[in-house]
Amino acid sequence: MTTLTLSKALNEGLRKALEDNPKVIIMGEDVGKLGGVFRVTDGLQKDFGEDRVIDTPLAESGIVGTAIGLALRGYRPVCEIQFDGFVFPAFDQIVSQLAKLRLRSLGHITMPVVIRIPFGGGIGAVEHHSESPEALFAHTGGLRVVACSSPGDAYTMIQQSVRSPDPVIFFEPKRRYWDKAEVDLSAALDEATPLTAARTVAQGTDLTVLAYGPMVRTCVEAAVAAGEEGRSLEVIDLRSLSPLDMDTVLASVRRTGRCVIVHEAAVSGGLGAEIAARITQDCFYHLEAPVLRVGGFSTPYPPSRLEEHFLPDLDRVLDAVDRALAY
Amino acid sequence: MAVDGYGAATAVPGPASLQGQAGSSPELVQLLTPEGERVTHPDYPLELTAEEVKALYRDLVLVRRIDTESIALQRQGELGIWASLLGQEAAQVGSGRALGPHDMAFPTYREHGVAWCRGLDPVKLLELFRGVSHGGWDPAEHGFHLYTIVIGAQTLHATGYAMGIQRDGAVGEDGQAVIVYFGDGATSQGDVNEAFIWASVFNAPVVFFCQNNQWAISEPLERQSRIPLYQRARGFGFPGIRVDGNDVFACLAVTRKAMQAARDGQGPTFIEAFTYRMGAHTTTDDPTRYRLASELEAWKLKDPLERVKAYLVRTGAADQAFFEGVDEEATVLGKRVRTACQTMPDPQPLAIFDNVYAEPNALLEAERAQFAAYLDSFASEEVAQ
Ligand SMILES: Cc1ncc(C[n+]2csc(CCOP(=O)(O)OP(=O)(O)O)c2C)c(N)n1
Ligand SMILES: [Mg+2]
Repeated sequence: MTTLTLSKALNEGLRKALEDNPKVIIMGEDVGKLGGVFRVTDGLQKDFGEDRVIDTPLAESGIVGTAIGLALRGYRPVCEIQFDGFVFPAFDQIVSQLAKLRLRSLGHITMPVVIRIPFGGGIGAVEHHSESPEALFAHTGGLRVVACSSPGDAYTMIQQSVRSPDPVIFFEPKRRYWDKAEVDLSAALDEATPLTAARTVAQGTDLTVLAYGPMVRTCVEAAVAAGEEGRSLEVIDLRSLSPLDMDTVLASVRRTGRCVIVHEAAVSGGLGAEIAARITQDCFYHLEAPVLRVGGFSTPYPPSRLEEHFLPDLDRVLDAVDRALAY
Repeated sequence: MAVDGYGAATAVPGPASLQGQAGSSPELVQLLTPEGERVTHPDYPLELTAEEVKALYRDLVLVRRIDTESIALQRQGELGIWASLLGQEAAQVGSGRALGPHDMAFPTYREHGVAWCRGLDPVKLLELFRGVSHGGWDPAEHGFHLYTIVIGAQTLHATGYAMGIQRDGAVGEDGQAVIVYFGDGATSQGDVNEAFIWASVFNAPVVFFCQNNQWAISEPLERQSRIPLYQRARGFGFPGIRVDGNDVFACLAVTRKAMQAARDGQGPTFIEAFTYRMGAHTTTDDPTRYRLASELEAWKLKDPLERVKAYLVRTGAADQAFFEGVDEEATVLGKRVRTACQTMPDPQPLAIFDNVYAEPNALLEAERAQFAAYLDSFASEEVAQ
């Protein structure tokens, strides 16, 4: 076991992927010499060369579009989008091209492209640097969408994503890049939790809290606080946002009868809406309370001096828990 | 105008010339050498009175002061981040002072010097970098659009705005034109290339002012282009010109001419201001990771302020009292900016819901009411305790 930050765990995962398969390449803005603005690719160009770790021209549509071409030619590109708010110039390439090539070719084409996106707020940044656009991608058939929340998962999930035959939109919780945890660098990938599976990170009996990415830590802290008041919360880290691991979710909600879903993204039209609808449909008679959602408002992300109000925090999670338990 | 641009573009240098020293290249319009010597250019005659030169010098000093003060404020935790314009003062002041009151400018996030020329209070800029607003000024009031952080997006807005001017028939001597700022890195974006096409096809009155500061965060110009950037314009069908971006006279003359050509119905011009980003990309960046100190040292010799000062001294247009006066003014400005930043109030939490839509929105009103009640619940808890 080694103690690593989430950023360093991703770095080690990418290093492993580059070592394991010569077809793996990394491409993006400032990923080479600088090692990325969050240092996720630090040292990789030095060790694997400019051919494998590529500083690209400043154009996101170009990054993803050429990654598609490289994938057609047998490469496995891992693209970095510098910040969540800058993925949109590439949106057309991702949604209209990357997601659909397998289908359009009747399965002749595979698209093993990973698009890494640091997402979410809480770092005091200027606009376009704190967005949570995951629902837009989860809404798109043909893409797999995942979010890691801890160094251990970061290390395995990035490698599993690189091995995925389907394109993966890989969300990284940027405000948790510096969170540290023990990581087993020698663990066999085949034995790790599958990329499609959710994980129960805190067991409980009174209510199920669903979260992913940066909100997992917030919700675990909320569970601890609730525990001190005699309330037992189960916290599930969804990990895979498309497809959703509804089996794990439903099994938990059937036991607890109550559910709160937490994400930074706006509640309206967010992933919580999808999950709540499925829970209501598939375990209606187990529910003791309506499924509640905690998330951003239906506004653009505010200037950073207001972000603490926009972002769900421990109090807002507990407030929803109280409301759900009041039924 | 077209002849200037195309003429200059015919001598195609190899990629090596990208590294060329400003001032030594025949492709570079220069009117004031780094040593402060006035030189002439046949296409860009420029007559400036001593007072005008002193005014430019004052602008340069004051915008540099805004910049150094802001960096310090960021270091002290008063700002979230700051994008320094150090080294690019002449490009911004020269082009900014070439604009008429009815012209419109579209900036990136680094155009603090242009903002100054447009009469925008620097404190407004600090609001954005402190995280109090996303800008919040009225673009129409100053002929200065909001800062655009998404690289290159504003080039299309500028082009569309210029098409509007054209439709309104606001051309000729009293006409209007648009200038849009962007960096060397931005030239790779699809939006920017589309803006070139639109502007060209519709002959829009827009000047593309590219500050080639040699770097896009850690990526050198060679990552974006194998030919000098100004030469790209030719392929899009309009003139491109490279100017010494550290020479405020040349930037003023070249931009003036391009803006007047746009007003006169001659369409777009691409200006490449050849300059250097003397500082870090932003206060969160560490340039020692990717570039050599020697490069910085070489560019220090081309400082945009020093050459104007040398010129003023050489020609006897300004005395010691003038320079001291400007420095004193800079100190006062710096203090004002600092105090305004430190005492800037945070917005009210419920401001999150303001200005999202023009008309009342049921969903948002419900969220606002809910959130207000939630905030009140803490207030009443405090009272109860
Ligand atoms: C679409 C988009 N992608 C990436 C970024 C992140 N980013 C901010 S500034 C920058 C480099 C810009 O370089 P350049 O255009 O040369 O302007 P400069 O910063 O040098 O003034 C990058 C990549 C962004 N703001 N927008
Ligand atoms: Mg640049």
